[in-house]
Amino acid sequence: MAETVAGTIIDGEFCPSGQTTAQDLARMQSEKAQNLFEKEKQAEALIPYVQTKASGEQSLDLMISGAHCAGCMAKIERETSALPDILLARMNLSTMRLNVQWRGAPNKAGTIVARLEELGYGAKPFNMELEPVAQKNQATSLLKAMAVAGAATALIMTMSVGIWDGSEMSSTTRQTMHWVSAAIAIPAVAYSGQTFFRSAWGALKNKMTNMDVPISLAVILAVSLSIYETIHGNAHTYFDAAVMLLFLLLIGRFLDMRLRQKTGESAQRLAAMQASTATLIKPDGSVMSVPASMIKPDDHLLIAAGERVPVDGEIVKGRSDIDTSIATGETLPLASTIGDKLYSGMINLSAPLTIKALAVSGDSFLSEISKLVEAGEQKKGKFVRIADKAARLYVPIVHTLAILTFVGWILYSGDLRTASINAIAVLIITCPCALGLAVPAVQIVASGRLFKKGVLIKSGDALERLAKVDTVVFDKTGTLTLGSLQLSNADDISKTALETAALLSRASRHPVARAIAAAAGSGAVADNIKEVAGQGVETKIDGKLVKFGSASYVGATDQTDAQTESWLRIGRAKPVRFKFKDTPRMDAKDTISGLVDRGYAVELLTGDKKSMATETAALLGIDTWQAEVSPSDKLARLDELKDQGHLTLMIGDGINDAPALASAYASASPAGAADVSRAAADIILQGDKLSGLITAVGTAKDAQKRVVENLSLAVVYNMFAVPLAVFGFVNPMIAALAMSGSSMLVTLNALRLKLH
Amino acid sequence: MTSLIYLVPLAIGICIVGLVAFFWTVKSGQYEDPKGDASRMLYTEDKPIVDEDDL
Repeated sequence: MAETVAGTIIDGEFCPSGQTTAQDLARMQSEKAQNLFEKEKQAEALIPYVQTKASGEQSLDLMISGAHCAGCMAKIERETSALPDILLARMNLSTMRLNVQWRGAPNKAGTIVARLEELGYGAKPFNMELEPVAQKNQATSLLKAMAVAGAATALIMTMSVGIWDGSEMSSTTRQTMHWVSAAIAIPAVAYSGQTFFRSAWGALKNKMTNMDVPISLAVILAVSLSIYETIHGNAHTYFDAAVMLLFLLLIGRFLDMRLRQKTGESAQRLAAMQASTATLIKPDGSVMSVPASMIKPDDHLLIAAGERVPVDGEIVKGRSDIDTSIATGETLPLASTIGDKLYSGMINLSAPLTIKALAVSGDSFLSEISKLVEAGEQKKGKFVRIADKAARLYVPIVHTLAILTFVGWILYSGDLRTASINAIAVLIITCPCALGLAVPAVQIVASGRLFKKGVLIKSGDALERLAKVDTVVFDKTGTLTLGSLQLSNADDISKTALETAALLSRASRHPVARAIAAAAGSGAVADNIKEVAGQGVETKIDGKLVKFGSASYVGATDQTDAQTESWLRIGRAKPVRFKFKDTPRMDAKDTISGLVDRGYAVELLTGDKKSMATETAALLGIDTWQAEVSPSDKLARLDELKDQGHLTLMIGDGINDAPALASAYASASPAGAADVSRAAADIILQGDKLSGLITAVGTAKDAQKRVVENLSLAVVYNMFAVPLAVFGFVNPMIAALAMSGSSMLVTLNALRLKLH
Repeated sequence: MTSLIYLVPLAIGICIVGLVAFFWTVKSGQYEDPKGDASRMLYTEDKPIVDEDDL
């Protein structure tokens, strides 16, 4: 009992909203009901992912969806462990992965997944090969480097305070302290400075400079100078400054790394959750389920009605209606038959099909798309991050200053040692410590804030680009609308007509049928329904032939076939007209008016029919729109906007949007988008909501403001510090204070973003 | 000042012990699931933090 109570409290506190969980649960349950027969196939498809250990134990990693809090984690672990023969069930709440180990046959995996689904959680196998091992190792080594630099800083600082005070210290003691500091600093710098040295060396080799060049130079020079001073028994060394510099900069690097890792993991999770299974037809005619990733070109696959096409292919048998919205943006299905090409993500609506898998290169549409994506990326050119821009300005100025200081002091005092000490002091004090922290600190806070609101920013520079856009271009189907139809003239239709249409429609996956089923609510299904691809459905009810479909199909000869209309005819009675419209997302209208209020120009570009586009544009209040545009037309329009001096944010989900997404200045995709589009987009909007877009552009602007503020702070700091260094007033204590002080300042300024 | 003879090595010694301990926590994967670990103590019975096989 105590546990249940604790669970509820934690649920309330940890789950962002109880509603989400309930929604997820409802979704899971409805999916479960629809896919009863797919279950066995799923279980079979899990087997390739199961790893058998040498000791005979089976191990499987599952991606869990729908778990939001500690209570969910405890429930999943408890319930999974309770199944027989389970040795271990451990969930990682940060990566949402569940590792299950058991004794016995690999096919137990099906039972485990079934149990998880019963509990209301989605579970998909995770391919361990996809795990970014290199990235993970990089994060660990950064963490260790940070620890070493931190420990060294603490030790050397403690001793430095004594040296700085110096009142009671004999020169021998001071000398010893310097030697101890050197013994700590040299290995610490050699270990934890590697990231910077490598990157600086790489840049120099390519005859370029980046932020790491002045950093490495300052650190190496500071340590070398200090060793020289120690050997000659002089009073001032900069060991403390060198290690502290590394420590502070490593914090910045680590934050940056964590941001990329976190978004990378989420993007990967999305991909894994959408990974599908395919039904392979073996040469001997038997069928088996395999993960879609294991399909090879020329494999024959069976696609049942209602299934998503797992890989690109060509129909070799059958005839059916295909929901092509993910590829072309059209809302209404296309009747397809032998020889037609299907792309992964399309949905087979009415009848089973056999397709032959195609290699990507062997297909004109997809290779054209990928060419366009490449072209778009090239056109966009290389975006220069603001920190690198600053570094490009900064490096020559600082290095010139150091040389001038050196020359000036030689002319003034004629002493080579004083001249080099002061020149090096300039390099140390101007080291872009604040600059190195100024940008990542802001970006991590901003991305963290957006992450909580379900907006995934793929990189720091995406945030910088997003802040500058002034025009927002939307795709229609799947982005502004859900890609599903809604009955629009329900008031003109009698209850009996609607119920009769629903009897025929409930079993079908056709968008029109779904709209009818949604309007009529749940109920009975007629027997012996015959579905004619591209035409309609018919059956006999009470001895009368009932037909529901296009005007020509039901015999309403006096009517023309309109795209968004269907007709119901019972026996010889007069046909009843059903009109449909595309449903916009719940928050589409608010999002668009919000964007317009904030001064953005909003445009609609769709591959769908004109009639559908007009309606959506009018409904959502978009004045500028184009319909029936091809992927290259979309690109052309974006170029046109660019030539007019606009920076565009493109939002789209379909394969046909991918080139536009790649070429736009910034781009976003809903989580349900096609793989290519999600890969091309900078931002992913999770959870069926567009409103995240407004938060994203707002946060990006705030972040940009903070970044500029931080860079200005760094400049102001340098304006005070550089003259001190040039004229030889910088001793190690001033260097240490100035550097840590400026870093604190920019970090605190970045944290102000959190307060909004 | 003579106290420095043992205080400095002592400080360094403590630091090294701390570092070694930290390296061990990194290696044993204690930073892999900060979110889960933070709430795990509220639910599960006492068990080793990381399964021996995973090391």
